[in-house]
Amino acid sequence: MTETISGHRGLEMDEPLIFELDSPGQSGVDLPAPPAVKSRLGAVKPRGAIGLPGLSEPEVVRHYTRLSRKNYAIDAGFYPLGSCTMKHNPRLNERMARLPGFADLHPLQPLATVQGALELIDTLADWLKSLTGMAAVAMTPAAGAHGEMCGMMAIRAAHDHHGGPPRKRVLVPESAHGTNPATAAALGFTVEAIPATEDGRVDLAALKAKLGFDVAAVMLTNPNTCGLFERDILAIAEAVHQAGAYLYCDGANFNAIVGRVRPADLGVDAMHINLHKTFSTPHGGGGPGSGPVVFSKALAPFVPLPQVVDDGGDFHLAEARDDDDGTALAYGRMKAFHGQIGMFVRALTYSLSHGADGLRQASADAVLSANYVLAKLKGDLNAPFEGPCMHEALFDDKSLKGTGVTTLDLAKALIDEGFHPMTVYFPLVVHGAMLIEPTESESKRAIDQFIATMKGLVARAKGGEAEWFHASPRLAPRRRLDETAAARKPVLKWVKA
Amino acid sequence: MRYLPLTEADRGAMLAEIGVASVDDLYKDVPAAARLAGPIAGLPGHRGELEVERALSAMAAKNVAAGSVPNFLGGGAYRHHVPATVDSMIQRGEFLTSYTPYQPEISQGTLQYLFEFQSQVALLTGMEVANASMYDGATACAEAVMMANRVTKRSRALLAGNVHPHYRDTTATLARFTGFEADAGPPDPSGRESLVDRIDETVSCVVVQTPDVFGHVHDLTALSAACKAKGALLIAVVTEAVSLGLLTPPGAMGADIVAAEGQSLGNPLNFGGPHLGLFAVREKLVRQMPGRLVGQTTDADGRRGWVLTLSTREQHIRREKATSNICTNSGLCALAFTIHLTLLGEAGFTRLAQLNHAKAVQLAEKLGDIHGVRLLNDSFFNEFTLRLPRRANKVVNKLAKRGILAGVPAPRLFPDTDGLSDLLVVAATECTSEADMDALCRGLGEVL
Amino acid sequence: MSRIKFTKDHEWIRVEDGIGVVGITEYAQHALGDIVFVELPDLGKDVTQGGNAAVVESVKAASEVYAPVGGEVTAINAELAEEPARVNTDPLGTGWFFKLRIANPAELDGLMDSDAYQTYLERLA
Repeated sequence: MTETISGHRGLEMDEPLIFELDSPGQSGVDLPAPPAVKSRLGAVKPRGAIGLPGLSEPEVVRHYTRLSRKNYAIDAGFYPLGSCTMKHNPRLNERMARLPGFADLHPLQPLATVQGALELIDTLADWLKSLTGMAAVAMTPAAGAHGEMCGMMAIRAAHDHHGGPPRKRVLVPESAHGTNPATAAALGFTVEAIPATEDGRVDLAALKAKLGFDVAAVMLTNPNTCGLFERDILAIAEAVHQAGAYLYCDGANFNAIVGRVRPADLGVDAMHINLHKTFSTPHGGGGPGSGPVVFSKALAPFVPLPQVVDDGGDFHLAEARDDDDGTALAYGRMKAFHGQIGMFVRALTYSLSHGADGLRQASADAVLSANYVLAKLKGDLNAPFEGPCMHEALFDDKSLKGTGVTTLDLAKALIDEGFHPMTVYFPLVVHGAMLIEPTESESKRAIDQFIATMKGLVARAKGGEAEWFHASPRLAPRRRLDETAAARKPVLKWVKA
Repeated sequence: MRYLPLTEADRGAMLAEIGVASVDDLYKDVPAAARLAGPIAGLPGHRGELEVERALSAMAAKNVAAGSVPNFLGGGAYRHHVPATVDSMIQRGEFLTSYTPYQPEISQGTLQYLFEFQSQVALLTGMEVANASMYDGATACAEAVMMANRVTKRSRALLAGNVHPHYRDTTATLARFTGFEADAGPPDPSGRESLVDRIDETVSCVVVQTPDVFGHVHDLTALSAACKAKGALLIAVVTEAVSLGLLTPPGAMGADIVAAEGQSLGNPLNFGGPHLGLFAVREKLVRQMPGRLVGQTTDADGRRGWVLTLSTREQHIRREKATSNICTNSGLCALAFTIHLTLLGEAGFTRLAQLNHAKAVQLAEKLGDIHGVRLLNDSFFNEFTLRLPRRANKVVNKLAKRGILAGVPAPRLFPDTDGLSDLLVVAATECTSEADMDALCRGLGEVL
Repeated sequence: MSRIKFTKDHEWIRVEDGIGVVGITEYAQHALGDIVFVELPDLGKDVTQGGNAAVVESVKAASEVYAPVGGEVTAINAELAEEPARVNTDPLGTGWFFKLRIANPAELDGLMDSDAYQTYLERLA
């Protein structure tokens, strides 16, 4: 059965750049004339013309509305982007984040005037500690990769503090997300890859062979990037700890297991949590994110500043190292101020809405939906690893061999069917990877529709319609774009003709 | 559970299709000893929208919103009026709930506004290329220093004493862990520190902020020449983006990299985050720049379109050789920034900057008349520093009790530095009314 | 008469009067796809055999180019900055990367000649 859903068609107007809509002197904001005063700018000259375009408010509204319609979004349809977790973004989160009592707080207000905000940070911190079983949490990192940096810095700080021989090596599985080796390398560690077993997990024997007293940490993603749970995690943690190293867990896939197992019970020492993946803060086209890091007791003293301290319901901020606050070994700031508070409000709103029971059910539904996709599609596409999977189903391009249709072609054809493509060519350990993450937010009807479409497309590929695929997408606001030309002669801003 | 569409019947049918009896069977790879039998104890169960709204509103009600009282706080975050259009537009689901634009055919909306954003930031800063944003100004500053180290193959950064302390701290954190030297002088409330004589051939970059953390405005021309003579890069930090509507931009004064905070346009204070890092460089440095970049190209039908480009600098391709480990930026904050700036346009943005400066001048004049209060600045944009006859912390706390947010006491910014206890950093914006100014003057008169 | 040698990492080196010209092979350019940027070493830089010497970038990949033998960089192909596509269209000719003053000619002995490289490629396929 080939089910075809119309993609983007009609109603879409091409929209020029704001610079091409310029009416010189026009403005969409009415401001009073500045009072006449004697300038106090000092020796620096006032600047001349800047070159910004002028538009009225209606033109601005239309411009951005038209641009918005050229975007796919989770609000508009199924977005099975594996490892990215495009789940529903509740609007209550948005309303709460906009309460003036949160959004309109200056970060340097006297602490007596922001007790509720500090309580909010502390409450979310408690949720994160309870859900992970961990001893401490660093709330300030601005995103997952930033959290990874924070966690690995704490590991460095702990090793430095305890002394002993220098630990220069960090072990990372081949299948890891690119940020893991990038983070470790940025911190001066030598990165070594751990090979995988036939069944897509870390090779425990190979890991043990690489472990030694010069290893600072092992960075593991669990569930891993193939969507599989690392069965040997307890043995891995034990081996890591025996070598005096720490186990860093990339928490990108925490959403599969929240409420089902606590990372602390798996021997994890540090793990960042991408609030957008597990706690439904919006992706916003690429941020802002938030990446709190939970720490085991061993690493708790090395949480960066600032930290919220609860003195029996009276909250204060530890902004300098202080024995009384237990921050004597804390390291310095990761960013300005106290963290991504706007994201914290959304994450706490989501946690309170779901409750402990709902979060547990959400994980189960995400895993159930992924396994359902795996079961329904494994006759059409090749699944390189035995199930059950966790929250995402992985396929390779073996079934497409000889058809002339690549993973990319299949992805682009999905666009014309009204779906956002799955993650493609990641993880790198699988040839022509397709990583499908339905999340808990999709109805069975939506998942069935996607499955039917995938089956139809694979049938067309096997039926010899390669040319049709190569020309996809046809119905999107743009067809395939020339990335080579963009990179060879970069045009990175508007230039007056 | 309103966010979960699967019914019990759906779940049963799906389990049957998979061929397992229960969801627990799907978790069989999790070590049995670690598996939880039920919801985690000590956390509440699910609640309806009304109950959640009440709980969050109760927390919010314990805070004093900056806009509800006379407010003079700056120090790297500024309360400006954000037009209603901005928030309405950024809440469109097509912007709010889309991912990083990896599939350009169905992400042209995001890509085009980021291209416009890059163009606007390049114009504001007077630089040739800007990226699609960073986490915030402080991380942009730290990344700029790392970039300068790569470009010059040197590892010693010189930071002015009056660079925002959080920016200095963030840079120092990276310095400690990635192995470079961040040499920062003590804060100088007089604003007269000169770095020219301290630049030598070992220095990768000089980081200077204008207007600085005490509000002083700096001409960077001489410093830029001194940097060039020694092969160092000049990094200019700007924490108040509105100042770029009135002051000669860093690019025109010879800066090689601009690292700025863009919160002032389009974004609320958010108690410090999320904010918006701006990052702009000279064209010849573009391949060493961190962060995402959008570039113009054409599609298969020859129509103009946009894509993420030069992505080989990024971690998902270079892995351990990436220019930075950053993945996410501040997409939606960048959208708010660009919408606000588009609404303002050249005329509006220039007027906004003039208005901010004029308000600050008025405020400075009024405060200068108070007995015992001394203005330290010869120059300022919309923020300046006062020397009070008493400890600024105490004064601010007393005024807070009277419903006035009087400014930032210098010790709050520099908790580890002595000798700043009587300094208060005060800001005014277009939101500051005559009545607000009078309230502050009256309040100070009473508590001093 | 010049002689050309190949590495397992798909670089080639052509030796003329003690100077080696280095580039990447037809096989390598095809595997990388459209080249968009080439990062060349600084003039005068000393490179060691097997050490990083240049970086070649396509849209989706960045790859190191290793020095086939050790020596001092005496020339770079500056035209690749404007036209990186030459690496695709003429990898063994105008798409060359850099020239080396070879420090130890004996290092050439460990590299493959044209026939051996062809056999090597067949085994990879």
